[in-house]
Order: sequence, then structure tokens, then C-alpha cells
Amino acid sequence: MGSEVGWKVGGKQGEGIDSTGEIYAIALHRMGYYVFTYRHFMSLIKGGHTNYKIRAADHVLRHHGDDVHVLVAFDQTTIDVNWPELVDGGIVIYDSSSFQAKKPDDRDVHLLGVPLTEIAKEAGNPIMKNMVAIGVSAAINELPPEEFRPVVQDKFGRKGQQVVEANMTALSRGYAYFQERSRVRFPLPAKPDLQGKDHLYASGNQATGFGALAGGCRLLAAYPITPATEIMYWVLQHFPKYGGVVLQAEDEIAAINMAIGANFSGVRAMTSTSGPGFSLMMEALGLAGMSETPVVIVDVQRSGPSTGLPTKTEQSDLNEAVYGTHGEIPRIVLTPRTVEECFLLTAEAFNLADHYQCPVIVLSDLYLGMSYQSIDGFPVQAVRYDRGKLLSEEELAQLAKSGYQRYDASVADGISPRALPGQKHGRYVALGNEHNGTGLEVEDQETRVNQMRKRQRKLAGFQHFTGVSVEGPDNAPYALVGFGSTWGGLEEARAALAEAGLTVKHIHFSRVWPFPEAEFHAAMDGVRLALVTELNATGQLKQLIRQQAGYHDRLHSCLKFNGDPISLREIVDSAYQTFPMGVFN
Amino acid sequence: MATMVDYKAEKATWCPGCGDFGVLNALQKACVNLGLEPEQVVVVSGIGCSGKISQHFGGYGLHALHGRSLPAAQAVKLANRHLTVIAAGGDGDGFGIGMGHFIHAMRRNIDITYVVMDNHIYGLTTGQASPTSDVGAKTKTSPAGTVEQPIAPLQLALAQNCSFVAQGFSGNIKQLVSLIERAIQHKGFSFVNVFSPCVTFNKVNTYEFYKEHLVNLDDDPTYDPRDRVAALRRVAEANNILVGVIYEDPDRPSFEESLRGYPAEPLVRQDIALQAADYAALLETFR
Ligand SMILES: Cc1ncc(C[n+]2csc(CCOP(=O)(O)OP(=O)(O)O)c2C)c(N)n1
Ligand code: SF4
Repeated sequence: MGSEVGWKVGGKQGEGIDSTGEIYAIALHRMGYYVFTYRHFMSLIKGGHTNYKIRAADHVLRHHGDDVHVLVAFDQTTIDVNWPELVDGGIVIYDSSSFQAKKPDDRDVHLLGVPLTEIAKEAGNPIMKNMVAIGVSAAINELPPEEFRPVVQDKFGRKGQQVVEANMTALSRGYAYFQERSRVRFPLPAKPDLQGKDHLYASGNQATGFGALAGGCRLLAAYPITPATEIMYWVLQHFPKYGGVVLQAEDEIAAINMAIGANFSGVRAMTSTSGPGFSLMMEALGLAGMSETPVVIVDVQRSGPSTGLPTKTEQSDLNEAVYGTHGEIPRIVLTPRTVEECFLLTAEAFNLADHYQCPVIVLSDLYLGMSYQSIDGFPVQAVRYDRGKLLSEEELAQLAKSGYQRYDASVADGISPRALPGQKHGRYVALGNEHNGTGLEVEDQETRVNQMRKRQRKLAGFQHFTGVSVEGPDNAPYALVGFGSTWGGLEEARAALAEAGLTVKHIHFSRVWPFPEAEFHAAMDGVRLALVTELNATGQLKQLIRQQAGYHDRLHSCLKFNGDPISLREIVDSAYQTFPMGVFN
Repeated sequence: MATMVDYKAEKATWCPGCGDFGVLNALQKACVNLGLEPEQVVVVSGIGCSGKISQHFGGYGLHALHGRSLPAAQAVKLANRHLTVIAAGGDGDGFGIGMGHFIHAMRRNIDITYVVMDNHIYGLTTGQASPTSDVGAKTKTSPAGTVEQPIAPLQLALAQNCSFVAQGFSGNIKQLVSLIERAIQHKGFSFVNVFSPCVTFNKVNTYEFYKEHLVNLDDDPTYDPRDRVAALRRVAEANNILVGVIYEDPDRPSFEESLRGYPAEPLVRQDIALQAADYAALLETFR
């Protein structure tokens, strides 16, 4: 693994911390590095501590990393809060025009005051203090100021060339100030060879929106909620070019019912939300299941319960996704592991929904959804289209002779073909009441049992794409197990453990329902102890595995639910505590 | 051309004499008169006795959740703008649990028609107070008489600037047919509230009651349904007990007309597959 740099900027919310981080991240990305960003923010607009972490390297990153080498602090709180992440020999740059910084002396960290606001004022406007900070950072990371020009041009070009030049001046002065006063350097590695690579910068939420468009979704109904709203922003920007509709619903109940209505009409539609909104959708989830109407629901999880920690990450909606709604319905729950999978699994969700005529839930989370990162392209060639059993008018005319049954319970695979409103000979009523084959509400017991069995049968033997990935040696006695967004962290931890001599494999779910039982059993072959790592308090994945696959005595938990994403160190430490070194190795 | 026979579906399961028979009949007749084939019409209904109308209508139907006919119906329409979409349900369905959607549907002005079968009672759940029950109405959940003020659906719709507002009575089918026809023809969201007596659980708001008290705007040639302020006054004066087209604004642009990029051809007919050039342009936005 090449060398890397951890950089962080922090201050009060509303001070432009985000845009500082964003400019630096995009600049590093455009220079050809790989970045992974993580935004720490609070559910308020002004005040409160916020910070923006960038990890930069010469290879694809899947985690924001534990270490900070360079910390740019706009207030003392930033130093206090982020101190534990600073490495020995690291450097803190603080705005000496606004405060006199103090630091604990438990570690050898350089502390350098730079009059960021003062320099910005001299360059024309104190507001440009963040550009001065970027200039200072450029000096520390040994990046020539001119390399920032394209990004500065993009960001400020609209405001006129003068503003661009002023910002470039602020940046250069920060650079020069530091060059003259300090020898501390954290150079970035040599630029990687990007030949043949599609070097892209995206967040999971953007990828989800892109996946929806690519997957044929042409109607999104949603209600704003952190951390899912960015999906709506992306879709709003691109859907109109493809005739797609974005509806800002009055609430999440409306949103999902709209998505169901459009799907009933034959248009691929979805809703995107987070925990509180997902809870409001439970009744309609059942309607989709009962009426066999396709629908895609994206839940970008955040810390619950209730309003919880609205701007913090968690993986605690697993139970709700797998079990939520009264009664029993067929459903599919996908848990993308990466930005690329946010794209592909969202696109695929529409095929599954159409094919199985049931709701498909895509469980992402704040960490995956809101972290921007550099990737080597999107798997666009893997996108396919399967509209499932849709009847043509000719087929319907043929069926009409014996009487078309929308909910024909006698079909072997349980999937009875659909007609779409407007088609001749296809008239039927989709409904949430129990019904007979033609869609009439009935209560007779035999019909009820047959229809329940029909719906349940649809997912029997579900085989679509792998639900479990396995990394590491086949015969490893230990396993790290997770689902969704923790893939990157677990994978990096596994590599670190392997380097330290601990043979561990990494088993990860990108689909939790239908539970990929056979795949999981195969993955667990030879595993004596497994550490199920998940961001919730009750071990929901562990419970699901126990229930579906067993292994009661072999499963241990590594749980985190304080709102922060899991660190590499936490995984590694937990692994050391769980897996006896040398016993099985 | 479709006739009433083409709209015949299963025999309705309402109590003999239920006002909902009249609404069903009027809706079918209006569709026939407008030359609509049954497969071009989708009835999206909520839950209640009234909600069964989608199953009895004879076109395509989506028998949706209690209170949620409107969100579903609006998207059914956006997905296929060639369809005629009717949302329908009871007063509990629309003004109780589904009230929020009603207000927002009026704001949005998507070209659908909303028919409420207003019987001032919860029928299917056997006789509880409804949001339109009069003060003092004795029901199973208000044994001493309701104390809450009833919802005033017409005034609410007028206040929200609903682009078409009408009220009918299932005891006057001829007029109801014409009201529904006009509502369907209206471009934008149209609302038809129908007094549809529940003969089993409401012994106050009966056919006789309406026959005796209803003011019919059709009898007043001076009434101008384009004047919203006058409409508000007229509804208040009649204490809501009136029928006819209360208000219409034929010039208001519908949601579909105002939506950026919304195609003239139904969405459902668009090719969903992205091409290489699409991907090239989209990937460019991630650099
Ligand atoms: C979420 C939910 N809550 C409660 C019910 C029970 N329920 C069914 S119909 C109904 C009210 C029916 O009254 P109304 O909408 O006025 O229709 P009517 O039967 O009078 O035509 C209720 C409360 C339900 N189906 N769903
Ligand atoms: S209970 Fe009332 S509303 Fe329901 S079918 Fe009977 S008469 Fe009609």
C-alpha cells in the first residue's frame, strides 16, 4: 500500500467548512489522486462543530481512514474534538487572527498559527480565509498552487474572473506564508497511473440516483430528509432530460403511494427516504406486496430511533426492512457495499421489482450515501433490463377467451403476468384486500391460502446475483462478517490483520433478503469464529444469521451505535479480542 | 363506442338503497357519454364502503389504502397521461385520514377527478363519527353527540384555490352525471363532493333530508362559477347544503403543463434503456 495523507478541516457550522473540504477534495481528485471524504455535521444550520475529513492516496479508498496528519482548525473546539485522530508528528494549522490555540501535550504534534483571516483580508476579502487554508495545506502536501486553478475557476467562474484571481491570490499567499515558516511536510505519493481508468468522483447518493435513471426509473416521489435528499437533487438535475418526473410529496406516505401508483401504470418508480420516512411507509409496503405491484424504496439509514441523530450514520433499519409491515409479504432487501454497488443494485432493483412483482428495498446509509469518493468508473455495461411478465394486447386478447386472471394462483412460480391500464382485455383491480385470481376481494379460506402461497412462492429459490461476497483465504478459521457500507472498513481491517499474521476472511452481504443461505453456508465453511460487525445496538444481522443459518456458538458481535462510522482500529481491536492469536492459525 | 353494458362489473355489495349505487351509476354514465372506453379509465379508491367502487366500476382499478387514493391516483396519471383517472372514496377516507393529500392534490393540480362519497359517517366500520358529521350527531363513537366542528369540504377547496369544485347528490343522478362529465373534462384537478346517504348508519342525512334542504345552483342562471369570492359566500349562505358547479378556473395550467421536460407522449411508452451517448454525458458530470 502506498503512502497516504489524512487531512481535516473543522470549525463552526455555517463557516464554510464544507466548501473548504469540498474544494480541496475535488482538487485532489482532479489532480489524479484517489480521495475518500467524510463529513461530520450536526442537525442545525449555524453554530455547532463541523468537520470535513479527506483521506487521499494513490489507490482506491473504501474508508475514510483513522488518521489525521493535517488539521486545519478555525476554532479551539476543532482541536479538542479531533485531537485523538492526530498522528504523532502531525500538524495543526489554526487561524491565529481569531484565536490563540492550546493543545494537550500527550503527543508530539506541531501547532502553527497562521493569520488566515488577516491574509485573506489583505488579498481582498476575509471570506477567503478558507482559500488561504487551502494554500497552506497545498504547501504541506507539496502541491503547486497552480494545480488548483481549474477547480477555483469552476467554483468561482460564475462570479467573474476577478473573483477567481482574488481566490487564487489568497491561496498562493497561504502557500507562500507556510513555505517561509515551516518545514513540516506531508507529501502525497506519486500520482497513480490512471491510464484506461475512468477516474470519477461520486457519493453513494449520487450513484443511487444514477442507478435509478440507468435502471429505467422515470418517477421519483420523495419527501426531503437527511441523509437521502441528495438522491432527489441528483435526480432533479437529470430526470427532465429523459422525461422523468420528480414529485416532492407532502409526506412519505404519499411518496410511496405515488411510487406504487406509477408502477401500477407501468412506469418504473421509486421513493427515497431515511428511517423516519421509512417507518411511515410500512402500510404501503404491504399494499405493494399484497397487490403484487413493483416498487423500489431506497432507505439511506441514519441513527434512530425516532428522530435519533439525524446527521449521523447507523445500520439499524435492517429488521424493519426485512420484517416491516403487518402481515407477511414477499420482498427483496439489497445492501450495497460500495458507491459502484449503489449504482448497480439500484438499477437492478427495478428489474427485481418488475420480475417478482414485489417491493425491493435498497438499504444504504449516511456513511455510504454522503461520502464522496474517487472510483474507477461505474459498471454501466452490467445494467440490463428485465420488465418481467408484462402482457401484450395480443396476448391479452388470447387470454380473454378463457378469462384473464391477473392473480392466477395456479402459475408454478407464483408470478402471474401483468396487464397495464390502457390495454384492451386486461382490465383488473389491483388491491390490498385478499382476492381471487381475477382480483375480486374474497374471504373464502381456500382462496386465501392459495393466494398467500402464490405470493410466498415467488421468491422460493431466489437466485439473482450473489448475495454474499467472500474475501481472504478459503480455509481461514476466522471471519469478519458485515452488510452494506461497512465493506470497505472490514476489507481494510482484514488486510491489516493478515499483515499481522492473523488469517481472516471477510464475508459480506449485499443482499440480506431473501437470505442467501446456501452462499453463506459455503462462506462459513471452516470458520470457527465469526465477528459480525454492524452499526446498531442489538446485533440485527447476527440475529438474522442465527435465525436463518444457525452458527449460534460461532457468532460474536462488534457493535457501534454512537453515530460515528466504525474506525479501522475498532474493527482490528475487536478482532484481536475475539480471535485467539495462534490457536487455529 | 362503449355503452353501459361494457362497464358492467361484479354486482355491487352495498346495502340496498345505499347512495353509492347512484355515484357508481353516474360515474359510468359520464364515462359513456364522454366516449371513454373502460380500459382507458382507472378508478383509484380508498378503503370504506365507498372504496369498493373501483371493483364495481368495470375499468382498471387500484383499490388503494385507507386515505391514500389521491397520491396513488396522481402518479397513475403522470405515468400515463392518456388515461382518465378518477380517485374516489368516503368522507372519512378523504377528509379524515387522507386530508393532507387532498390539500396537496389541489395545490398540484394534476389532471385527475376526485369524487368523494360523503355520507357523514363511517359506513364500513359500522357507524362511527366522521369528519363531516354535524355537531351533535349521535354515532357509535359519539353517543352524546359529536362536539367537533365538521370539515367544510367546499370552502376548504375554494380556500385552497382548487381549479374545479362541484357538489352533487346521489338522489339526482342526471345532474351528477353532468357534474362528473364536466369534472373529467376540466384540465387540472377537479373535486366533486357527493351527498351519498348511508341508509344503514345515518338516519339524519337521508335522501329526504337532502331533497328538502338542497339548493340547486342550476336553478340560478345568475350564478357565476368563475367568481371564487362569490362562491365562498354562496356556500356559506347555504351552509354547504347546495349542489351544482361551485367554482371552475379553466385557465389555470395543470401540473403536467408546467412540469419541465414532461413529455407529450405517455411516460409509460418511453424507451427506458440508456444509450452509450447518454452514459458518456452522464459520466462526464462525475469527473
Ligand atoms: C389505516 C387504517 N385505519 C383504519 C381502517 C379502518 N377503516 C376502514 S374504512 C374506515 C372508515 C370508512 O369511512 P368512510 O371513509 O367515510 O367510508 P364509508 O365506509 O362511509 O364509505 C375505517 C376507519 C383502515 N382500513 N385503515
Ligand atoms: S353501510 Fe352505509 S355506506 Fe355502507 S353500503 Fe351500507 S348504506 Fe352504504
